[in-house]
Amino acid sequence: MDEHKLDGNAAAGVLAEIFTFEMTTAHCACANCGATGEVGGQMAYLSEIGTVVRCAACDNALIRVASGPGRYWLDLRGVEYLQLEESL
Amino acid sequence: MAPRRLTWRIGEVAETSPQTPRTKSLFLDVPDWEGHRAGQHVDVRLTAEDGYQAQRSYSIASAPEDGRVELLVERLDDGEVSPYLTDELRAGDGLELRGPIGGWFAWEAREGGPLLLVAGGSGIAPLMAMIRHHKAAGSETPVRLLFSSRSYDEVIFREELESLAAENNALRITHTLTRSTPPNWTGYARRIDEDMLGEVAFSPEERPLAFVCGPTPLVETVATALVGLGHDPVRVKTERFGPTGG
Repeated sequence: MDEHKLDGNAAAGVLAEIFTFEMTTAHCACANCGATGEVGGQMAYLSEIGTVVRCAACDNALIRVASGPGRYWLDLRGVEYLQLEESL
Repeated sequence: MAPRRLTWRIGEVAETSPQTPRTKSLFLDVPDWEGHRAGQHVDVRLTAEDGYQAQRSYSIASAPEDGRVELLVERLDDGEVSPYLTDELRAGDGLELRGPIGGWFAWEAREGGPLLLVAGGSGIAPLMAMIRHHKAAGSETPVRLLFSSRSYDEVIFREELESLAAENNALRITHTLTRSTPPNWTGYARRIDEDMLGEVAFSPEERPLAFVCGPTPLVETVATALVGLGHDPVRVKTERFGPTGG
């Protein structure tokens, strides 16, 4: 896949590989600018080497996921917090 | 619904059906399909004999109430995945997929509206799931669809949309054709812009829930215009295809 800008919702697949909660409707706060919103409403960049979810307001990298054989690397330094909702 | 990890599984192609010259519907039987919400997508994965894998996301066009999972595939000539899906895949074949995925770009009848749907080309797929769900659930939520296609022959789901609108006063459909129009066409014949949205969309005071899906330039134009017209950005949800698709 070429790297290109998509909606945060496009990262739903890779996030669902890691998290059991629905992550696109999780609320996040950006550690850089403080903006809050649902993960699905942020921006996502998908490429062969991994996925980056960026803040729609300031472009700060919120969530980075890379994967290799049998393992994942998850970098959440860009989020102040994540609020996870149980599915209805 | 209990949380679960997402896993790959094999769906069986029950039927394929051409929609327009460049799009085709795949109807899949997926064992133990737990149901989806209108607007969600699946990831499809192809594996070559040498082990090379290519993965793409496709929106589900069928309603949750439908028995089979319908994926709408647009054939992109230089794509890695779509030519296989449109040209090679046959009834009885297996297709590796995972889903349903993506709770953010989804609508259920109980969420109400009014519902504003804006589609470009094959971006109609997840919105079609919502329109079909609206009917299947007996929803009376007012729905307006603004649908941009290149030409009349390329209007995906045209006949079904016509009959759905004819039988349901709550559903209003407006087409715009951007490249060519049939004789005596009286509808819009340009790309979607703020003026068009001002005429077609609900007013900001009606607080519509908006879903916009299509090529990135269309999605960004529409989202910017809706916010410019005074709509709440939190109620405008977008699904960009990106520049390449595949």
